[in-house]
Amino acid sequence: MLAYLLRRIFYAVPILIGVNLLTFALFFVVNTPDDMARMQLGIKRVTPEAIGKWKQQHGYDKPLLVNGAASGTGKLTDTIFWQKSASMFVLDFGYSDDGRNISREIQTRMGPSLAIALPTFVVGLVVYVSFALLMTLFRATALDIAGVALCVLLMSVSGLFYIIGGQFVVSKLWHLVPISGYDGGLGGFKFVALPIVIGVIGSVGSSSRWYRTIFLEEIGKDYVRTARAKGLSELRVLFRHVLKNAMIPILTGVVVVIPLLFMGSLLTESFFGIPGLGSYTIDAINAQDFSVVRAMVFLGSLLYIVGLILTDISYTMVDPRVRLQ
Amino acid sequence: MKRPVCFLLAVLLSACNGELWNNPYPAADEGKPILYTAFTERPKHLDPAQAYSENEYEFLAQIYAPPLQYHYLKRPYELIPLAASGMPAVHYLDKNRRPLPDNAPAEKIGFSVYEIRIKPNMRYQPHPVFALNGQGKPEYDHLTPQDLRDIHALGDFPHSGTRTVTAADYVYQIKRLAHPQLHLPIFGVMSEYIVGLKDYAATLQQELKKNPDAFLDLNAYPLPGVQVVDEHTYRIEVHGKYPQFAYWLAMPFFAPMPHEAERFYAQPGMRERNLTLDWWPVGSGPYYLSENNPNQRMVLSRNPYYDSERYPPEGEAGDAQAGLLADAGKPLPLIDKVVFSLEKETIPYWNKFLQGYYDASGISSDSFDQAVQVSVGGETNVTDEMKVQGITLSTAVATSTMYTGFNWLDPVVGGVCENLKSAPSPQPSPDGGRGGERKNASCDPDRSRKLRQAIAIAVDFEEFVSIFANGRGIAAQSPIPPGIFGYRDGEAGINRIVYDWVSGAPKRKSVEEAKRLLVEAGYPNGVDAQTRQPLVINLDTTATGVGNKARLDWLRKQFDKISVQLVVRSTDYNRFQDKIRKGDTQMFYFGWNADYPDPENFLFLLHGAQAKVGKDGENAANYSNTEYDQLFAQMKNMENSPARQTIIDKMLEILRRDSPWLWGFHPKNYVLQHGWLHNVKSNVMANNKLKYWRVDTTRRDSLRRDWNQPSCWPLWLGATTLLLFGVWMWRALRRREDAK
Repeated sequence: MLAYLLRRIFYAVPILIGVNLLTFALFFVVNTPDDMARMQLGIKRVTPEAIGKWKQQHGYDKPLLVNGAASGTGKLTDTIFWQKSASMFVLDFGYSDDGRNISREIQTRMGPSLAIALPTFVVGLVVYVSFALLMTLFRATALDIAGVALCVLLMSVSGLFYIIGGQFVVSKLWHLVPISGYDGGLGGFKFVALPIVIGVIGSVGSSSRWYRTIFLEEIGKDYVRTARAKGLSELRVLFRHVLKNAMIPILTGVVVVIPLLFMGSLLTESFFGIPGLGSYTIDAINAQDFSVVRAMVFLGSLLYIVGLILTDISYTMVDPRVRLQ
Repeated sequence: MKRPVCFLLAVLLSACNGELWNNPYPAADEGKPILYTAFTERPKHLDPAQAYSENEYEFLAQIYAPPLQYHYLKRPYELIPLAASGMPAVHYLDKNRRPLPDNAPAEKIGFSVYEIRIKPNMRYQPHPVFALNGQGKPEYDHLTPQDLRDIHALGDFPHSGTRTVTAADYVYQIKRLAHPQLHLPIFGVMSEYIVGLKDYAATLQQELKKNPDAFLDLNAYPLPGVQVVDEHTYRIEVHGKYPQFAYWLAMPFFAPMPHEAERFYAQPGMRERNLTLDWWPVGSGPYYLSENNPNQRMVLSRNPYYDSERYPPEGEAGDAQAGLLADAGKPLPLIDKVVFSLEKETIPYWNKFLQGYYDASGISSDSFDQAVQVSVGGETNVTDEMKVQGITLSTAVATSTMYTGFNWLDPVVGGVCENLKSAPSPQPSPDGGRGGERKNASCDPDRSRKLRQAIAIAVDFEEFVSIFANGRGIAAQSPIPPGIFGYRDGEAGINRIVYDWVSGAPKRKSVEEAKRLLVEAGYPNGVDAQTRQPLVINLDTTATGVGNKARLDWLRKQFDKISVQLVVRSTDYNRFQDKIRKGDTQMFYFGWNADYPDPENFLFLLHGAQAKVGKDGENAANYSNTEYDQLFAQMKNMENSPARQTIIDKMLEILRRDSPWLWGFHPKNYVLQHGWLHNVKSNVMANNKLKYWRVDTTRRDSLRRDWNQPSCWPLWLGATTLLLFGVWMWRALRRREDAK
């Protein structure tokens, strides 16, 4: 397995270089260093001298990919691409274009994002699986039909509606939790409770239906019939056998997102005033802050690769037949 | 799993004890004089040399104390001393530095010398840079990264101190305006006026090149145009006569900066922790930034050493009746702490205001009808729902103008042909656009002027304000908004090209008049009489998406009234700016927010020397008119007087005749505040308003309690439903198992 993991890590390097190159190309197709300078300096009274000074100070006065004026390796290294990309491979993200330390910003903001995303993920998983098992247990009954109808209904409603509706009913009408805000520690429970509940409800429909399908597929297999024939109770069949054997497709979708949890959620964090990472990338794109954009895309790619590797490892844990070679 | 859920539910249910569950602030803060407000966008800069945006000044104006400020209550806006002990004494010198009398003509004045005396005993906010050790030496001037291991914010330094503000600090800040590592937005303007500033910047740049990593000590380099006279007096020399310079002295660019602060933040390890002067200001104003998390909350706390200012004893007529003088003579600030919370979305912001968790709020379009009603007579007031909550409304016309410009270099809608010949050749656009066409196009100045006038009549900005701004604005008669010298109210101030004065009010001319002008321009029924081609005009805009579609459709309809086709060329922000710089537009939307309340700050937007194309100025329309430019040169250095008004009147008449802009509208600011917030008066020029405000905390706490009692029944209902469902399910399962 170690050799497999090393190989996967080795494969990750060209993927990350490719992602970085693509991000760079896409960003600079749309924005020029002059545009970036203007965005940072504002629209009033910006002179060409000020733009030149900004570019020079932030390292955007160099050629993009190849420096024809330089010699030797300088042709590649004395460029914006190299200067802005190389350090990221040792996780040194440098400074944003408005002068803030990106690593520190990520460290500060990942906590609040996790405070929402992790409970939503855990509680959500439990709720979705339980609800799906319940529908499976009572399959082809009125409860199952009502459950599926409820899922379809919940899937049909926009996530934004849950947020605005939840804030209106729970916070504004019932005054049960603050409409928005955040606090660390136990005092923060009242701020994160509603976003977590809404986050869970928002995905109940799609996730529970997906898990129900998986469970229904499993429940028709021979080993389930054998288990029943041996006189096991339906609950025992479901939890001991069906759930265990349905783990592979569940893990495929679940484990890969675990490392990405701290990247946050744009809408939830914006509406609930959570100071997380959800809007960091979008804000950076709007502000044409390449330093932040490339750092966040790089980090996202890295975490996704980590998620995929973890998924592979998790397969070996739930299914002894899977071997990583 | 069941146990923690039951426990949580029990905790929640037992908490129905009258405490406010939805209070986003610590219960311990109840009863304290704290102002709660919000910010919607994180500030980019908090360094007074770099900040220039409204959302940055919202903080900086409370933290820094420049020499001057705007009187909070008096109108028209009036400069008064803030850190200065009196208004600056201005002396004039000729080019040979010989003294001139105060009434010397502007053309003879070579230099103006501003002598500013600051109040003695003003002190800086508490800050670690001023902390002294047992030997009376700075405690934190030789820090190593190791010393900073547990430091993440300024509050983590165990000690802080203060010191007296000196004239040298003001001089130091002016030197910082030329610092090569800072981006001063107004360097272009200031270097034209402050004697020696341009050369000073070049010197510093050279020094920095020699040793890029070393700390650049500005005290080692004298700036000829700025001198310290004594501990509390300094002088600034500016080229020529520049009366508007006094307005700049009311901005944070000219606030004091202790030189040791720059050295403090330049220590190794500081920047890595985001401990920079751009993030943690060092001011001498009424507040200091005690918490700085722009992703969540920024907190201003009272500067305990600020004791140099009292609430103004006088205002304008009606202020005493409005209760605005109740605190006259009291030491400022009246509030101990200001908590700014980040609210990116308008809905939570608005709902928290209604719950009493914000003391004041703007009004978004979504909530306008809920908040404001307009009477038959056009009077604006809050709705009954707001009145019940004790909410009141303050309005003020902003010193801004939102206009639609015609590109003066365009052969169809542009200006006079003489100007075309002398204007720099526009650069062709990357898409092979209009650039090349212009040189060959036939040009008739009278024709294009009449076309612009016809469009100016047809585009009904009263309707625009009514539909898209909920009436929050007034149609502009010229670039100068109300409240600025040069603006004339009533019949004398109307744009006679577009309006008639009917029954005591301006009335937009009829579409027939616009059509008549169009015929005279050679476009009968919107068709070019010479080429028989329909007249098509292009609007370049960054407005895209569903939200803007209605506005653009409306604009098309305005052009349809005179049978002219409008093509909307939506583009991204970068391309739009690029087109404007290259003069590759026909029509475009723009806006301007005043730096200071002087007509020069609006009229320069149409000055030929400020053209965007070729000169990189602020005249985005590239308008050029020799007579206007001459009058501008005459007017800009004059004191406000009847003679200046006469010149401005002439300039406005030229502008109205030429119509280089559709004058658009001046937006109106609407602010709602709760009844417990006192001393609120709209002042669109002063940003340092918070020190005047007062909160009646007893009333606020009582009303918050009334409005926000939690409803516990949904929790009980939910718990019961869950329980019943569980029981039913268990029974159903049992039945199934039994049946099996």
